[in-house]
Amino acid sequence: MLKTQEYNLNLGPQHPSTHGVFRILLTLDGERVVKAEPIPGYLHRGVEKLAEARTYTQFIPYTDRLDYLAAMLQNWGYVMAVEKLMGIEVPERAEYMRVICGELSRLASHLIAIGTYSMDTGGVTGFELALRERETTMDLLEELTGSRMTLSYARIGGVAADAPEGWLDKVDKFMDKMPAYIDEYDGLIAGNEIFQARTMQVGVIKPETAISYSLSGPNLRGSGVNYDLRKAKPYSVYDRIDFDVPLGTNGDCYDRFYCRLQEMRQIVRILKQAVAQIKEVDGPVIGKVPKVLKPPKGEAYEEIESSKGIIGYYVVSDGSAKPYRIHVRRGSFINLGYLDELLRGVLLADVIAILGSLDIILGEVDC
Amino acid sequence: MAVDNGKQIKTAQKDIWPAEYFGDNPDYKEPPELSRLIHLTTVDKVLNLARGYSIWPLGFGLACCAIEGLMATQDPRYDLSRFGWEVNRGTARQADVMVVCGTVTTKAANFIVRLWEQMTEPKWCMALGGCAISGGPFVDSYHVVPGVNKLIPVDVYVPGCPPRPDAVIEGYLMLQAKILDNRKFLEKYKGKVVTG
Amino acid sequence: MIEDATTLVDELGKKFDYVEVNEQSTVIIPADKLLEFMQALKDDYGMDFLTNETAADYPEENKFEVVYNVSSIENGITIMVKTSVDRDNPELPSVFSVWGGANWQEREIYDLMGVVFTGHPNPKRILLDYDYEGHPLRKDFQWKGGRE
Repeated sequence: MLKTQEYNLNLGPQHPSTHGVFRILLTLDGERVVKAEPIPGYLHRGVEKLAEARTYTQFIPYTDRLDYLAAMLQNWGYVMAVEKLMGIEVPERAEYMRVICGELSRLASHLIAIGTYSMDTGGVTGFELALRERETTMDLLEELTGSRMTLSYARIGGVAADAPEGWLDKVDKFMDKMPAYIDEYDGLIAGNEIFQARTMQVGVIKPETAISYSLSGPNLRGSGVNYDLRKAKPYSVYDRIDFDVPLGTNGDCYDRFYCRLQEMRQIVRILKQAVAQIKEVDGPVIGKVPKVLKPPKGEAYEEIESSKGIIGYYVVSDGSAKPYRIHVRRGSFINLGYLDELLRGVLLADVIAILGSLDIILGEVDC
Repeated sequence: MAVDNGKQIKTAQKDIWPAEYFGDNPDYKEPPELSRLIHLTTVDKVLNLARGYSIWPLGFGLACCAIEGLMATQDPRYDLSRFGWEVNRGTARQADVMVVCGTVTTKAANFIVRLWEQMTEPKWCMALGGCAISGGPFVDSYHVVPGVNKLIPVDVYVPGCPPRPDAVIEGYLMLQAKILDNRKFLEKYKGKVVTG
Repeated sequence: MIEDATTLVDELGKKFDYVEVNEQSTVIIPADKLLEFMQALKDDYGMDFLTNETAADYPEENKFEVVYNVSSIENGITIMVKTSVDRDNPELPSVFSVWGGANWQEREIYDLMGVVFTGHPNPKRILLDYDYEGHPLRKDFQWKGGRE
């Protein structure tokens, strides 16, 4: 018999498929993984400590840079927590603008998730096609907020500015064209034989394990658990909008990918309804907020459904203009807690497929 | 921070980031930069033409600027492949330019210097975004290096948070002008940029 | 079936005698009864999703406060549970045996705040270097560097 020996391989911080600076220390026996140790922290910027030196409004741009692909959803979670702490009421038109901008951000984030997953498993064409749609989305967001990616659009008590002339019609026209593009991705990427062979029956997560390890977002719904915060604990104006929650059956990488694809179709539905409903609502886009924000002493925790999982903000105030403690509950960080058990016993090529299907983003993992 | 007359690469002389801070690097034997010792005059001009029109970046993104600087510059609208520069290499030994996009932390500083030394000459570095130039909005954090030029010599700085893909292409064109020694292009930015 | 967070919190206050409930419906329990309370939450009340675990530093009162937010997937309710540990000797049992989602969150609290969790399967630092000295999120942490 040949004697074999295990060796250590660094799926290092610099790698084309790790979505950023993320390191996994693999112990391999041939091509099979014996032990995997994920090592995050190469992008730890100390945002929670910086929060204690900034005022409440000055912290909003830092929340953008955590999950930079869906920036509006991060801003939204933070301002909701501060509004709960201070007891501020948000006007209705501001809620609708938050929903529209948030769903556009979610669309941009899912487009990158689909594109980069196609590139990770070998097909670069899917990546270029998905980015073509993302450019149109970023044009719309730039017209509304002034910035393509790091938006900082939400303010405590509302949003920064109202929609410019004709912007809502542009969103409507874009949503008319979008279903044809989604069918294109469906046929090109999800219908590809090689893609299906690489992702079906790979990285299976059972529903009980998913709940116990606090997974969230499409990772939880791909295993069949129906928990979407927009339906389970409706916040903002989501209870007036009609949409479905796509669920997977097997819990493998293909199901998680397909959940994201189906969620894009639901985003089209939500946006068409929101754009039709906001035309009847008139009013200010920011509520009654004092000039210098000094929340009363206390604490608040609020969470919303972001594109990659559940985003929660825990804010503690001691009565002054600067926060005492802010903690961010990051979806990508907790989704990675299960990675070392998920990677036990798989082949090396499957490691890339599994890591891509979890859809992590390093700004959120390292905070 | 100086590429001191072509002799060695020194880290900053301030005592908050001394050279010993980053630990022992077994690859680093302080070699002299070959490009400053060997001059080929006219042959150099021809070689520079080839280098300037096919700069291959190292696929190395740290944070948000990587989405705009590396990914969005190569998408169908701001096409970088019409210039010939879209070939991202996976390994440092085959790359020409290291585009540092994103915040540099003290945990990551070790391997950034190591990647720089693994790159073969001639090599250049482009600092993209506020965090790589000077620390950006995270400058007073306990885990952030205030600017990548404390670790490696930088040729082009592209400011922004994040810079638009048009600005990144402008940065690449400046790098090409620097390689081809195209003084007329660089003179346009007199007063706004330091050449040389 | 319990449909509301406030009814659940009131019921918990009546059933267990060591539980205190404050005006914002936060449940406060002492540190030595932590594990049995969390096990009871999961088994008897169906709270199967640990959504958040974090800590805050109060140096004037000489304590760390560890905060747990627990949800139930079927009913859609979330409650906040708090406990305090002494600042000079911060030790707490780990809830990894109840919910596996506490794995990386407790490592992060140990790394940044310094609270030691007994019974955790992998008690190492996670975001900073393994040989880093100090715990950055404490209020008395000093560091060099920054603007020049």
